[in-house]
Amino acid sequence: MTMGSKSTQHPFFISVFFLGLFLFAWHIATINPPFDPTGKTDEELLVMEFNGDIMQTDDGGYTWNPEKEKLKGVPGPLTVAEKAWVELNEAFVIKGTNDHGIAFLVGYTVSRFSVGFLTASVVAILVGIILGLNQMLFRAVNPFIQILKPISPLAWMPLLLYTVKDPKWTAILVVFMAAIWPTLATTAFGVNSLRKEYLQVAAILQLSWFKRLYKVILPGAAPTIVNGLRISFGSALVAVVPAEMLLGELGVGYLSWIEWNNLDIAGVLFAILVVGTVGVILDSGFNKLAGLVTYRE
Amino acid sequence: MAFLAIDHMSKYFPSHSGNGTVCIFNNVTVNVDKGEFVTVIGHSGCGKSTLLNIIAGLETPTEGGAILNGQEVTGPGLDRMVVFQNFALMPWMTVFENIALAVRSAYPAWSSEEIKAHVQKYITLVGLQGAETKKPTALSGGMKQRVGLARAFSIEPKVLLLDEPFAQIDALTRGVIQEELVQMWNATRNTVFMVTHDVDEAILLSDRIMLMTNGPSARIAEIVDVTIPRPRSRETIIEDEHYYKIRNHIIHFLVRHASHGQADEGGDHVERSGPVEINFRDQATTTYEPAVTH
Repeated sequence: MTMGSKSTQHPFFISVFFLGLFLFAWHIATINPPFDPTGKTDEELLVMEFNGDIMQTDDGGYTWNPEKEKLKGVPGPLTVAEKAWVELNEAFVIKGTNDHGIAFLVGYTVSRFSVGFLTASVVAILVGIILGLNQMLFRAVNPFIQILKPISPLAWMPLLLYTVKDPKWTAILVVFMAAIWPTLATTAFGVNSLRKEYLQVAAILQLSWFKRLYKVILPGAAPTIVNGLRISFGSALVAVVPAEMLLGELGVGYLSWIEWNNLDIAGVLFAILVVGTVGVILDSGFNKLAGLVTYRE
Repeated sequence: MAFLAIDHMSKYFPSHSGNGTVCIFNNVTVNVDKGEFVTVIGHSGCGKSTLLNIIAGLETPTEGGAILNGQEVTGPGLDRMVVFQNFALMPWMTVFENIALAVRSAYPAWSSEEIKAHVQKYITLVGLQGAETKKPTALSGGMKQRVGLARAFSIEPKVLLLDEPFAQIDALTRGVIQEELVQMWNATRNTVFMVTHDVDEAILLSDRIMLMTNGPSARIAEIVDVTIPRPRSRETIIEDEHYYKIRNHIIHFLVRHASHGQADEGGDHVERSGPVEINFRDQATTTYEPAVTH
């Protein structure tokens, strides 16, 4: 084995090892001890059986009721895997108005996220460029940005719900509010701190306003803009889940909440894993796009 | 009327302490003929780059102005292309795209084939064939400035403005590129205005060298005629009888007299007549020889 392959394979094996260790520890920690009837009177056992906590086995003993056991404590990895298997098999099934397959829920969340994030990015980049090119305007507007930036996007929700009167658009606007500020601030900074020689070359070459924008300013500020977009991306992704929960809009965030309402903790854990997976996929897609526009000095 | 005239130009900046202004240079008058290679040499901070930027239209003078071909300079334009000290190549564009951006701007009516051929011609001229698709990051400092020169020459400006073009290039490469510039200039006979603090570079390239005193209130104290016949090369100019006279004169000026010019000004209020013209072909010219023996 060469040094190169060693260094590329090792972290993978270590990751697998950690995953195995975690799943094993999770499994051990969530095993229920088998039902022990010692010290209980026949009457107590009868009540427990009547309540559905325990079941009589063929040989006359008692075990926990497997149906009821699902609802006790934190489910183990096997239970979650079983739940995931069921959900993934029904990924494209619509059972009712609020019971859509997981593929649909992912689709709803991704499209809601994308519309909010992309709109916010376009607005933020345009406004950011205008502010970045005009030092005076930037300094005049900056205090407002500083006040608006730290406000949690969820804090806008009641106001948005009241004004747009539609939870569908409110959820998108919450994502919009989460995504706009970091990109806006970094775009203004990136354009403002663009090396002045680039603008001087553009001025000497008499480039039109539009050409100056897309040949020089945008590509020049692109690395900084992408950094802002990355921060916006993260906060939009964080905002979309609670927005769905609070507004009851179908999506993976909603799935987590509805499973909690069903007291199906395995479902909640499955929903958390789906949120993580969706995040990873969106993030890697974003990084691919970002790689296309960045350059090294 | 000279082709390029800098007419009684002064530049003031707001002073760092707040109120008041600082005079960068004062009452600078320079006339450059068409096809002439003129260099301004002076210490760092004497305002020579500001002077160049004003000619380029990137900064505005406080008093006076620059007149190119009978027209006053009011802003940047394609007739005055700058070669920047730090190259100012767009790092997100390839070598070809960097030059093509300039060519397309200068000749908007050209077809893409014409533009391509023109760009390729200048890439060949600076010997960068094979590097067309490289990004500036992948190039050495010397190669970057070759792209900068190709970009500047490619739009065939009326005046080329070289702002310490070789200051960031290692000494060995610098000599090679200087000679390439001599050849490019021989081929095109552009009017060139260069600022530098490299004496050898100035002598190799220039027809006339303006010696600038230290700022604030810098002025052009002397104009040295480089009386060395062309074509020049680094090897042959050092054998010319005037080479060391010119070189010593300039270095003496820079070391001993650049700051004196300013002291004189404070001492007596004698109205200065323009810069002293130094020509070593003319025997009557006084040199600094007596001053050295002090």
